[in-house]
Amino acid sequence: MLGILRQRVAAKFNYALNFEQGIGSVALRAFSSSANKMTVRDAINSALDEEMSADPKVFMMGEEVGEYQGAYKITKGLLDKYGPQRVVDTPITEAGFTGIGVGAAYHGLRPVVEFMTFNFSMQAIDHIINSAAKSNYMSSGQISVPIVFRGPNGAASGVGAQHSQCFAAWFGSCPGLKVLVPYSAEDARGLLKAAIRDPDPVVFLENELLYGESFPVSAETLDSSFCVPIGKAKIEREGKDVTIVAYSKMVGFSLQAADILAKEGINAEVINLRSIRPLDRSTINTSVRKTNRIVTVEEGFPQHGVGAEICATVVEDSFEYLDAPVERIAGADVPTPYAANIERMAFPQVEDIVRAAKRACYRSR
Amino acid sequence: MALTRRYLHLLRPVFSARLLTTASTSPISIETSLPFTGHNIDPPSRSVQTSPHELLSFFRDMALMRRMEIAADSLYKAKLIRGFCHLYDGQEAVAIGMEAAITRKDCIITAYRDHCLFLGRGGTLLEAFAELMGRKDGCSKGKGGSMHFYKKESGFYGGHGIVGAQIPLGCGLAFAQKYSKDDNVTFMMYGDGAANQGQLFEALNMAALWDLPAILVCENNHYGMGTAEWRAAKSPSYFKRGDYVPGLKVDGMDALAVKQACKFAKEHALKNGPIILEMDTYRYHGHSMSDPGSTYRTRDEISGIRQERDPVERIRKLILAHDLATEKEMKDTEKEIRKEVDEAIAKAKEIPSPDPAELFTNVYVKGLGVEAFGADRKELRAVLP
Repeated sequence: MLGILRQRVAAKFNYALNFEQGIGSVALRAFSSSANKMTVRDAINSALDEEMSADPKVFMMGEEVGEYQGAYKITKGLLDKYGPQRVVDTPITEAGFTGIGVGAAYHGLRPVVEFMTFNFSMQAIDHIINSAAKSNYMSSGQISVPIVFRGPNGAASGVGAQHSQCFAAWFGSCPGLKVLVPYSAEDARGLLKAAIRDPDPVVFLENELLYGESFPVSAETLDSSFCVPIGKAKIEREGKDVTIVAYSKMVGFSLQAADILAKEGINAEVINLRSIRPLDRSTINTSVRKTNRIVTVEEGFPQHGVGAEICATVVEDSFEYLDAPVERIAGADVPTPYAANIERMAFPQVEDIVRAAKRACYRSR
Repeated sequence: MALTRRYLHLLRPVFSARLLTTASTSPISIETSLPFTGHNIDPPSRSVQTSPHELLSFFRDMALMRRMEIAADSLYKAKLIRGFCHLYDGQEAVAIGMEAAITRKDCIITAYRDHCLFLGRGGTLLEAFAELMGRKDGCSKGKGGSMHFYKKESGFYGGHGIVGAQIPLGCGLAFAQKYSKDDNVTFMMYGDGAANQGQLFEALNMAALWDLPAILVCENNHYGMGTAEWRAAKSPSYFKRGDYVPGLKVDGMDALAVKQACKFAKEHALKNGPIILEMDTYRYHGHSMSDPGSTYRTRDEISGIRQERDPVERIRKLILAHDLATEKEMKDTEKEIRKEVDEAIAKAKEIPSPDPAELFTNVYVKGLGVEAFGADRKELRAVLP
């Protein structure tokens, strides 16, 4: 089992190493924690820097990306390095600048458009869907749109209802888009580099609260050619009793929940989706067929959410393997409140994930 | 004009073909019907340089566009064209005059009234009719329809269904042209209805801020679907709506005036950034084939414009006045054009519908081997390559 995990890991990193040697050195590098650590912020910044350096057609646009060094300091230093033609500060006009970005992509440039948060993407959503996602299809391949829309998505802390929504489910339902949800620094670097190189429109949903978090990174991750394949989930923690599927910040919560469950004898497998569209149905189903129980975790609204799609896919493809109903943990069905105590109730907490996993294992009332 | 050169080899030798091949390119100077009106800019001269060859090709190309749109009307009523069909007849001078002033390296982007602009950019009748009828050799392989014609290699970027969206997209094309330093411009077409869209002003602000080679062309046919301009805009002087961006009002029924204005605008945009051109034009048909076009305007108004300002008739009169061709020669040209259009339609009707496998193609450039599903996923699924 572990051999297969390592093989998958090795394949993902595209090691051109001898198989046996590779396995040994992968395990070694992945666990040498003190060697290299990187924050998600630095991961994104370095990915942008390297891709802009490699391809002169790549440019950035968005509010405060240039002189302000980025609202969350993600684009720090890029203006100085690449100049105002390639790091473009825009006025506060999402519909306008998103349309301009898409038009530039029509003509062959490779824009990276930043939304200060994805809440503001709603002002530009017509361009993301109708102008970007559908163009290659409507033109039968004539007009491709190699654009990346990126920015923080989902809840921050105390920012209220209009600044806290998760858009994974909305964008994830749209054919023609690719939707990525990095968790770790390795995810952020590899997926963003893959997104910028991808010829299709990609929605890249980051998380503000993860920007400052540090993760160990291998030497391979730091290499400028490092990419993570789009559409493949990652098994963060192997297990056999219950599958927990999550994305973005909820992966961290799920890993914490898995530690708590382990103390009670429940060995949880945690899957980091990495990609909402394409959804890695194969990894999810393979895991469910092994554990027979599944909990989905997301920050977004529950109705028509990512968990609903995962539940459908598992019921359609692995019905006979399920020993318990699918459990869904999601944001509450309310606009996000401000007061800290009820805001906490509006989003999944570690104890919610633990409780749902126990229910799936018939270990609670 | 490239349009007519394309068809020369299909024609039996008749007067008009010989006329075009032998017509001289020696310059004639003609005054536009009306003066230009400028907003924050000195308008160009009313005196336009043209030639017998150009005038004859204007006539032929506009007559071809007119015929194509009228034929599309019949095809729609025969239910061979489905969905939406927005016709351009009456507005031909805008497409033709613009093409005369620019190159295929300049970009054009428009909304859904796009059939004639497609033809002007070098699209063929066959590609157009096949697309309208949803056949596999249409310009978008039958997957776009009337509103989604494209010809990227000739600088035609569509074909867009959402009113106003094409303006920020067009400013994006201009952004890319400036980024690549390629000394070309983008003409983005929109109507009096779209002129009130917020995203137009957002994009215009950025175009002006960054000096983009952007030319906004308002094809003011005075009706946004069923709403007359005075009911939709507090200020229907669309060439002035740019405020800090200069504008020019042009008689959009005069192909020579359009040519002069576009030439002027291109020079301006390359040096000074965006400019707005308001083309005073008119559509004979309703907004689309589901609109009779007579509930919000009088039949007298429509026939009045046809008599006084028709763009094809204006060129016909000029040709006669300058003795460049006879009445009979021009009538023969129109007969040829009818035949060309009929032949293209007959050929298009023979083309089959797209293969069912095309349902799942071009969703992505790089499908990553992912599965896509049909209505019943246990019945129909495909792997996207």
